[in-house]
Amino acid sequence: MRELTYIAAISEAIAHEMERDPDVLVLGEDVGGDFGGAFKVTEGLAARFGDRRVLNTPLAEQSFIGMANGMALMGLRPIVEVQFADFISTGFDSIVQSAATIHYRFGGKIPWVIRAPSDGGIRSGPFHSQNPEAWFVHTPGLKVVAPSNPADAKGLLCSAVRDPNPVVYFEAKPLYRSLRGPVPEGEHLAPIGEAAVVRPGTDLTVVAYGSQVSQALAAATDLAADGIEAEVVDLRSLKPLDFQTVAESVSRTSRAVVVHSANRLAGVGAEVAARIAEECFEWLDAPVTRLGGLDVPIPFSPPLEDAYRPDAQKIADAARRLAAY
Amino acid sequence: MSDPLGSHIREALFSTPPRPEEPKAPATQPESGETPADLADELRIDLYRWMRLTRTFDNTMVAMWKQGRGLGGTFSGRGHEGISVPIGLALGPDDVIAPMHRDVGSYLVRGMTPARVFGNLLGKVTGPSGGRDANLHGMGDLSLGIIGYVSHIPQQIPISLGVAMSFHYRDEPRVALTVCGDGGTTAGAYHESLNMAALYSAPLVLVVENNQYAYSTPLDQQMATFAITERAAGYGLTARTEDGNDVEAMYRSVKAAVDQARSGGGPTVIEARTMRMLGHAIHDGAEYVPPELLEEWETRDPVEGQRRRLLAGGVCDPARLEDIDAWARTEIDAAVAEAEAAPFPHPDTVSDGVYA
Repeated sequence: MRELTYIAAISEAIAHEMERDPDVLVLGEDVGGDFGGAFKVTEGLAARFGDRRVLNTPLAEQSFIGMANGMALMGLRPIVEVQFADFISTGFDSIVQSAATIHYRFGGKIPWVIRAPSDGGIRSGPFHSQNPEAWFVHTPGLKVVAPSNPADAKGLLCSAVRDPNPVVYFEAKPLYRSLRGPVPEGEHLAPIGEAAVVRPGTDLTVVAYGSQVSQALAAATDLAADGIEAEVVDLRSLKPLDFQTVAESVSRTSRAVVVHSANRLAGVGAEVAARIAEECFEWLDAPVTRLGGLDVPIPFSPPLEDAYRPDAQKIADAARRLAAY
Repeated sequence: MSDPLGSHIREALFSTPPRPEEPKAPATQPESGETPADLADELRIDLYRWMRLTRTFDNTMVAMWKQGRGLGGTFSGRGHEGISVPIGLALGPDDVIAPMHRDVGSYLVRGMTPARVFGNLLGKVTGPSGGRDANLHGMGDLSLGIIGYVSHIPQQIPISLGVAMSFHYRDEPRVALTVCGDGGTTAGAYHESLNMAALYSAPLVLVVENNQYAYSTPLDQQMATFAITERAAGYGLTARTEDGNDVEAMYRSVKAAVDQARSGGGPTVIEARTMRMLGHAIHDGAEYVPPELLEEWETRDPVEGQRRRLLAGGVCDPARLEDIDAWARTEIDAAVAEAEAAPFPHPDTVSDGVYA
């Protein structure tokens, strides 16, 4: 199968959906014209599909996301780019108060996708490195996905566009051009709400998503040299959460490490760890370990940022402690 | 009475120039009985009919809540009928409206029955939100072209901008209309959305119900100048000020804005000056509103004003108006009975509808 970078898979998914459905459009800051977005994800789309379908917006996240709510209520399927996931807070009301509640409150459908370029490790400081997915997982009515590889980047985005609900799509920008992988051409859907075992193992389970899946796989290779076989579960979808796959894995390995780039305190990993404790208690041979960012704003300078975030080494260290428990 | 801010702080905050002028009620109260040539007599009577139904709804709702027959809180739209009715009537059947909680008239005009509105107020399964959303919020019914209200003012403006942009996107000759209060004009999304509406020439009409108070805060503590209309014009929208208690002036103005938007002429902001005649919500006695202000506006009541105008102009005889009043009473009484008899939602359905 041909290989694409993670970012090319995202661009291909957008074009594929726009080609397939005239109700699909793109909007956001700098996405249109010849420019094609801060990361060039939408480059060439305006020339191909016209300015009306690739709409540049002013700097006004609350209102352009709110505008997407209205478009979606009328049956359009906007793909909204917030330039960095960090800026999604500016549009918070439009997402968590309006979009998330409208179907429950009066039956209106909001079939939009918000693309949120997230995550750090690329020396971008406090406002260009964040992973705010827990806010949205905590909000009833939203779906939240976080692909870890190019095939899922395409498949989950195409599924998100077709989903009748608001989906926040966290794309891991450290993977944009650093990760290549096989991506099916043409139609390719990855189901929202299904985790995947991306590496089988017997000794412990590493649960991860987004960029930390690559780190977990690197840690697993390292651990295998010591005779520790780690199973890696890629959540892919954070809401709905496929806990069944996690539980099946932990029931076999009896040990679990949960890892994400977002800060650990009250993060998605806390929910996963709590459910493992509640629902897999009899299977566990050791306490669940959580790895995540520190409870500090994301620092810029390399030694500080490296101290802040999990990586393959920290996962391997935690796994060794867990295996020896 | 003690002043929690301290008089010197209050003076520094609120008395620095340019101190806004008190907004005066527009001086064109319908008394003379002149017949505007552009409104058909039946339409003028219809405006009265819907206002009377809306007022009867409101009086009944307020009485029920005072009697303890309500559920939670609610919001009176008394005095706003001269706005809420024409914003509904001036739209076409395929247009979409996103009203607020003082705009029950527009819901009724668009075809939501009073029984359904009372059903929503009482948390019944028959309300448009099926017991999901409280009082006059969330009363959306897209089959009627109505988007339910969300409390986060002025969220309905960017949503309506998006509705308008969907019409633009599909080249449909349809219009989106929405509403906010004077308080809404001070929020960021108001300014963002007006800028974008003008930028995209969106088929959008925004009516600002300037009822002079955002909860307890009067205009002169909300903004340094009362230039709501001028600010909208500054963003490049068509903007004008109207007497929100003159239902015929409001109808003409909204209709012109809707026609302009439909024909590709771009968005309009209409600042409708009125007065909130009761508290912010049912629990609020509004003791902070000077009684003489309410007395002055009571003489300008939009429903009674239209009644006087119809009679003085010989548009119809008193018997017809009395028939309308009796009809409104019957309709609302029946609606209350229907809503009170309706079932509550079953607890097993609590999770239904979170997702589409």
